[in-house]
Amino acid sequence: MNSTHIGWAGLAGSFTLIVIAIAVSIWQKLRLSRSIAWAATRAAVQLMTVGWALRLVLEPDASAIWAWAWVVVMVVFAGATLRQRAPEVPGIWWLGTLSMATVVVVSFSVIFGFGVFPVEARTIVPLAGMMIGNSMTSCVLVGRRIVAEFSEKRDEIEARLALGQPWPEAARPYTRAALRTALVPQIETTKAVGLVVLPGAMTGLVLAGVDAFDAVTIQLAIMYLVLGSVATSVTVIGLGLTRQLFTPDHRLVRLDRPTMTGR
Amino acid sequence: MVAPAPKPPLLRFESVSVVVGSGVALLADVDADVVAGAITVVAGPSGAGKSTLLRLGDRLDIPTSGRVLFEGADIADTDPRQLRRSVGMVFQRPVLFAGSVVDNLRVADPGASPERMGVVLEQVGLEGSMLDRTGDDLSGGEAQRVCIARTLLTEPKVLLMDEPTSSLDPTNRRAIEALARQFADRGLGVMWVSHDHEQVARLADHLIVLRDGRRVSGIDAEAYLSDEDEPGSGS
Repeated sequence: MNSTHIGWAGLAGSFTLIVIAIAVSIWQKLRLSRSIAWAATRAAVQLMTVGWALRLVLEPDASAIWAWAWVVVMVVFAGATLRQRAPEVPGIWWLGTLSMATVVVVSFSVIFGFGVFPVEARTIVPLAGMMIGNSMTSCVLVGRRIVAEFSEKRDEIEARLALGQPWPEAARPYTRAALRTALVPQIETTKAVGLVVLPGAMTGLVLAGVDAFDAVTIQLAIMYLVLGSVATSVTVIGLGLTRQLFTPDHRLVRLDRPTMTGR
Repeated sequence: MVAPAPKPPLLRFESVSVVVGSGVALLADVDADVVAGAITVVAGPSGAGKSTLLRLGDRLDIPTSGRVLFEGADIADTDPRQLRRSVGMVFQRPVLFAGSVVDNLRVADPGASPERMGVVLEQVGLEGSMLDRTGDDLSGGEAQRVCIARTLLTEPKVLLMDEPTSSLDPTNRRAIEALARQFADRGLGVMWVSHDHEQVARLADHLIVLRDGRRVSGIDAEAYLSDEDEPGSGS
């Protein structure tokens, strides 16, 4: 295997592309130069920090507990990030944290249960990162879609409730529509792999000198992992949020003003 | 000879108040009854709390204080799904679900036979041949009738009708009013919300006038009904 080592000089060379991006911004008066410089610097600092911490966690004699602790931190941060990105979705923090925890448990059970990857610190952390990172956008999408759908279709949902339907039945068509909306982009991405897009993990492996077919099988396993994770997280958020929008006595709560209390 | 005891109301609102988060009272201490075989009209200007009162009867909203009784039992202690099959609701705008008329009727009764669906369509003045038509093919009046037929499939004892003719032309308006009268004549309790004075005069066996969330009576109610500025174009 031909190992690819970039080094500081290589990294500095690649930074030339950022300089080009800044130059384009200045030339076209886009006023994005500072944003581009800040994004590149921030990414460098974040990734360097992660790389340094990963090195510690991935030391051959380091305990796997550190890797699992890393995953817990990722799950909690994912919940907090979701709250920042979709503050209009009620309960998104705890629902997001719950959905990411579910994703980790379900996906790792399958991946490690079938022995697809070995249970080691070097697999636990990156795979959890792939699952959680790729689920975030879909979780934001499903949360926002459900809030919008239940606001826009309030009349229909209440008409169903008024006919005596229990809340899960009354909500089903609208929750289903939101779940489909959130899942379709990931399905389309999966379809386009190889034809339009060469995915990041595979590209990285090939660049690192791994045999192309080995890179493809690893990439495929990761794609399946990501699609399964997105489906799981979106479902947990979708169903959990729907449950939260109804009272135990089958009333749809108001999303535009505080819920009334009392008997 | 002893006079027969008055019929107990099917639906009774006892001192109901609804206060929203900002402290605004949508309803304040309102008492109202809906009796079998009659149309109880709830009248009042926009924002008076008419629809809020109606929604309490179907437990789509709950009172902040006070209680609502159906056949003498507090609906807070009743399974809302059972209650809503006995207390039907017809909304201001016809709300049709995706699909055909059959699909809509099956939401109310998944096991309804085509014959049974034909009967309820007939009860609202529609032909059984409409079953396969979709919501997009229906006029406003037909759509509202399908909504009423859908509600009738649950065999309600009370029908709550929230300005059901506000989006309809005069002909359809009269036709829906006639349906409400038929339902009352068959023994249902009908509660009908309206802010149309002429419609109120045509329909009301019993009248409840609301203003700013409070029930008004006597001179205040008469003053509202004789107010020339209020709408009365319901001919």
